[in-house]
Amino acid sequence: MANLPTISRRALLAGATAIGAAVQLAAVLPAAAQEAAATAAAVDLSTLERVKVELVPPPFVHAHEQVATGAPKIVEFTLTIEEKLHEVDNDGTTVWAMTFNGSVPGPMMVVHEGDYVELTLVNPDTNLMQHNIDFHSATGALGGAGLTIVNPGEKAILRFKATKAGVFVYHCAPEGMVPWHVTAGMNGAIMVLPRDGLKDGKGNALPYDRVYYVGEQDFYVPRDADGNFIAYESIGDGYADTLEVMRKLTPSHVVFNGKVGALTGENAMTAAVGERVLILHSQANRDTRPHLIGGHGDYVWQTGKFHNAPDVDLETWFIPGGAAGAALYTFLQPGVYAYVNHNLIEAFELGAAAHFTVTGDWNDDLMTGVLAPSPI
Amino acid sequence: MTTLAHPLHKLLNSVALPAGLLLVGALVISAQLTAPGFAPAQPFIAAPETVTLAPADFSYRAEGHFLRNGNPVDAPMVEARLGGPLVIMKYQVSAADYAQCVAHGACVPAEPRNIGQGNVPVTGVNYGDAVAYAAWLSDRTGGDWVLPTDREWAFAAGAGFTDDALGLDEDGANPAERWLANYEKEAARENDAGRLPLPLGSFGSNENGVADMGGNVWEWTQTCHRRVHVDAAGAVLSELPACTIKVLDGKHRTPMSYFIRDAKSGGCSVGIPPDNLGFRLVRHPRWYEPLLALFGR
Repeated sequence: MANLPTISRRALLAGATAIGAAVQLAAVLPAAAQEAAATAAAVDLSTLERVKVELVPPPFVHAHEQVATGAPKIVEFTLTIEEKLHEVDNDGTTVWAMTFNGSVPGPMMVVHEGDYVELTLVNPDTNLMQHNIDFHSATGALGGAGLTIVNPGEKAILRFKATKAGVFVYHCAPEGMVPWHVTAGMNGAIMVLPRDGLKDGKGNALPYDRVYYVGEQDFYVPRDADGNFIAYESIGDGYADTLEVMRKLTPSHVVFNGKVGALTGENAMTAAVGERVLILHSQANRDTRPHLIGGHGDYVWQTGKFHNAPDVDLETWFIPGGAAGAALYTFLQPGVYAYVNHNLIEAFELGAAAHFTVTGDWNDDLMTGVLAPSPI
Repeated sequence: MTTLAHPLHKLLNSVALPAGLLLVGALVISAQLTAPGFAPAQPFIAAPETVTLAPADFSYRAEGHFLRNGNPVDAPMVEARLGGPLVIMKYQVSAADYAQCVAHGACVPAEPRNIGQGNVPVTGVNYGDAVAYAAWLSDRTGGDWVLPTDREWAFAAGAGFTDDALGLDEDGANPAERWLANYEKEAARENDAGRLPLPLGSFGSNENGVADMGGNVWEWTQTCHRRVHVDAAGAVLSELPACTIKVLDGKHRTPMSYFIRDAKSGGCSVGIPPDNLGFRLVRHPRWYEPLLALFGR
């Protein structure tokens, strides 16, 4: 399939310009006017406070309240879609990624149960594909996908009420190409916190000092006859080959935060002894089994939904493909921790490993080297 | 053997035996000097370009994992002097030269993870591959080529040799300090060149005229990794070499299992692995070379 002639990006763009000009002259109703019409909906939301949130790229999460103050709000987010050449490992292997806001995964959004999420989805005319967004946290219209199909040069605004508390995946779901878009990086997660914050299942509050978002991504990069990964000239060129690899269900890469080693070295996550760290983990396509080497999951919502009591004291937790989970852990020892998908082949051969560097005092009671390695 | 009593036999024994031994010795020398000439199917390859370093006093950080009172500590600085001139390859063994060894059936193909363009060093080779190449090159060129020791490598690396000391407080109360410091050090290691092997000489030569010692290809040495327990005064309490693990030198020094061709941080390890594994060789003089020199050859 790789040898079939493909239409060049340049040719496609030239065509788009010609068509686009005519359409624009025929007068598209200005977006502002349409937005005004939409707000005059059945539910009167005019009394609700509006807040606009600037999203930050993973593994970081934008500032937010853990316990909501006041009445439900309308929380505004903007996701700008970017199709881009994206490096997936340190050997120069690239894929044409489809991204929300340019990162793989897309940014984490945080709201509270009962809030309204108002998302502006922008598909700049520099893109070649049609996109949309399916929020697993939303109700109706295929998670909003049915209302947000945007062509290059369009935007759409979706509002949904966050009625379920938990961490939820969102992803692009364009007709006929869902898995391709999702495995090209077009997914992220939203956390809907209970209004009174996280609880241990017995009514006790579980606040956290830090939160990290680890998005796990499986890539399916085609190889040439010599076994080398193929780099494609434009986004459509690799489609058929990639699909062929995808159908074998064997990823070439399984990575955290978009790239092998993206959360290691200078980009390792940090914490201090005594800090309560909430680790949010999403996998939009494939099962995963997070494990913190040398640590535990004190409180874990494996399927990510906060009105279920968390599991306690876990060694490894299971997050089914198409879901996001949450694990709360208080670091007790300093050192370097590996946070991995404990299918260790995926962790160490395919890339699903991150590191935490944790500072603080060593606790001899918890662990002591009684005899350092010595001759027998 | 009663015939030995005969005077003639006595004479034969006294003269012919030493003469015979001399003849055999001459043949052995001649064979060693010219052996490749008898194998036209395997022609000479040009001996690699070398740099000769005169013996000198130098000091360097010892290799190995040192412990004091059971706590990991920086290895000591050691004063050293090489026994004779060090003849070391100016460049790392090239992929092209290694391919000749493969073509002759004396080496197994390299398995480079990153394929560079041009006259690049061979990468994706393990300790055994390097030793096999050294044997083949010795055979083809009539020199005694071997992997350098860690000490020789450190000597050739000169001022650019990376000191792997962490310089921490060594009371051992918090073992994590060492892990974190080491992690930080590895994470900060320059990686501007990327991982693709670059043509020989791309990383420049050091003050000794040896090229590419701080590039993105780490080099096998013949030195065994070891664990050394020392007392407060630094005296060695125990030393246990682990020869299935060799010392790898380059931008940083790291122990590496002999069979690895593509280093990764594996298992529970959280370090940053070398980009590529390659090697260069040193040439030791053969035993008769001083004799030849005496005769002006």
